[in-house]
Amino acid sequence: MADQVTASRKAALTARGGSAEAILTPAPAATRISLRAGADALPALSAALGVTLPTRPKTSASSGQRHALWIGPDEWLVFDEGEADLMAAAASSGTLHSAVDISHRNVAVIVSGPGVDVAINSGCPQDLSLPIFPVGACSRTIFGKAEIILFRTAEDQFRVECWRSFSPFVFGLLSEGAADAGH
Amino acid sequence: MLLIYCPYCEEERSELEFRGAGDAHIARPENIADITDEEFEEYFFLRQNPKGLIFERWRHIHGCGRFFNAARDTVSDRFYTTYKAGEPKPDISDILQSEQNKGAAK
Ligand SMILES: [Zn+2]
Repeated sequence: MADQVTASRKAALTARGGSAEAILTPAPAATRISLRAGADALPALSAALGVTLPTRPKTSASSGQRHALWIGPDEWLVFDEGEADLMAAAASSGTLHSAVDISHRNVAVIVSGPGVDVAINSGCPQDLSLPIFPVGACSRTIFGKAEIILFRTAEDQFRVECWRSFSPFVFGLLSEGAADAGH
Repeated sequence: MLLIYCPYCEEERSELEFRGAGDAHIARPENIADITDEEFEEYFFLRQNPKGLIFERWRHIHGCGRFFNAARDTVSDRFYTTYKAGEPKPDISDILQSEQNKGAAK
């Protein structure tokens, strides 16, 4: 008789990296949804998710471990660092929307240190100066060959979300940028 | 690197975030099943490819994801203006006039 096999999840990224100027840390597991909705659904969805969905470009809203990032005029990335069930929360809104669970499609790298902007700008064309990209700002953009979502969580810290299969590339290019940030 | 103003993100972004999507303001015939092959060819395939001002669709594919329209010069690559999908085509003479005024002010 075959023994029962228990599968264990293998993280896409495990090791820390970077440099003294820009430290790279794989973010802990989080739950995420890609949310699409019209303007009239926002009050009910915001109440159900416990965070007010932002309507201005490049802005975010946070409530504890839960964050809602404006991606487009009717699109948000909502994630929860405590792994709460966001699909159930969105469904409880009772209003017309589309929510797709992308918890395991994305992984995130936390980039922190005085050289974060240099490290990220090694592959990303956005202006990351504080007046243009303040704390709390977020944007879907490009990093080398990979699409990422940038979220500035502190003056010297970004959360970089990317698709799981792109994460070795993103982490590698961030490492190169982090090394350059020291020079 | 070109900077393109996205009317949805309300900001200039690098061309790396965008993708071109062909001519703008091509109306799909409402009686598409009834038109002749020649009329379909005219609608579907034939474009002017002008030297100079052109109205195009662009998509902020690695940004907000939205399609929008742009007036661009095919010789200089200069973007005269961009505007949201569904908004009316801007008047060409207005665009060129404001360009001339800008040039004269310099
Ligand atoms: Zn945009």
